[in-house]
Amino acid sequence: MERSGEEGRGTRSGRKVLILLGCPEVPVQTSIALYLSFRLRRRGDDVVVAGTGAALQLAKLADPEGHYLGGTMNIDRCIASISEGERDFDLCFAFAHSDAGVTYAGTVSYISDAELYLLLFGRGAEDLAETVEFDCRKLVAKAVHNPVPLKKLIDEVID
Amino acid sequence: MSCIDEMKYEILLSQCSFKEAREYIKKNFKDVVEVPPGYRIFDTFLIGVPPLFVGIEGEDVIIPYTKPCYGTYVMRIEGGDEIEKLRAKR
Repeated sequence: MERSGEEGRGTRSGRKVLILLGCPEVPVQTSIALYLSFRLRRRGDDVVVAGTGAALQLAKLADPEGHYLGGTMNIDRCIASISEGERDFDLCFAFAHSDAGVTYAGTVSYISDAELYLLLFGRGAEDLAETVEFDCRKLVAKAVHNPVPLKKLIDEVID
Repeated sequence: MSCIDEMKYEILLSQCSFKEAREYIKKNFKDVVEVPPGYRIFDTFLIGVPPLFVGIEGEDVIIPYTKPCYGTYVMRIEGGDEIEKLRAKR
């Protein structure tokens, strides 16, 4: 796992949180991921952001000194480490705007003990939400370019 | 990290949903083994929502393979030692 920048500013909560990124083709994802990581780290959570090479590059380039992101790791390496029992998380926020994103989140719901929040976004967010077959708390917004609807949903669940 | 990309494979179904891949494997292969999500095969950890099926046909295995930006593929790959491991799961 790569670690960038300073530690979160809040008193450490001991909570381990995974932010699982999907394909970065929908613009709001990177912005919301940085905001979410910032909010979680500010309250003292240890955050790992997992994603494809492109998704992580987009996030890291926007946060060159690592003020918002915590640790980062490749999404398949992350799935492998949870499956092998090497690590687990208390909370997971999974991003999905496609069936593949939902499928990755469903995998995490099975292999991990983390409480799962599924952020469903993009033009087909509501239809995609109907396909979810596993336990999770769904945060659904038809957000593509405007991150504010997703931000509002995140603000409601993060104290 | 996946070595599947470097193996000789045949794509049977391309860029579908995971559910379509699951149904395709169940419908088209008689010998099917259910494995848990994250099941390790060829040094790859399978992505999927239960039930996750892997087919066996002759010397080959048929797996769903999900990529974040491309959706799910159904792939036929020479099974080698993996077939015995799958059969042992029954």
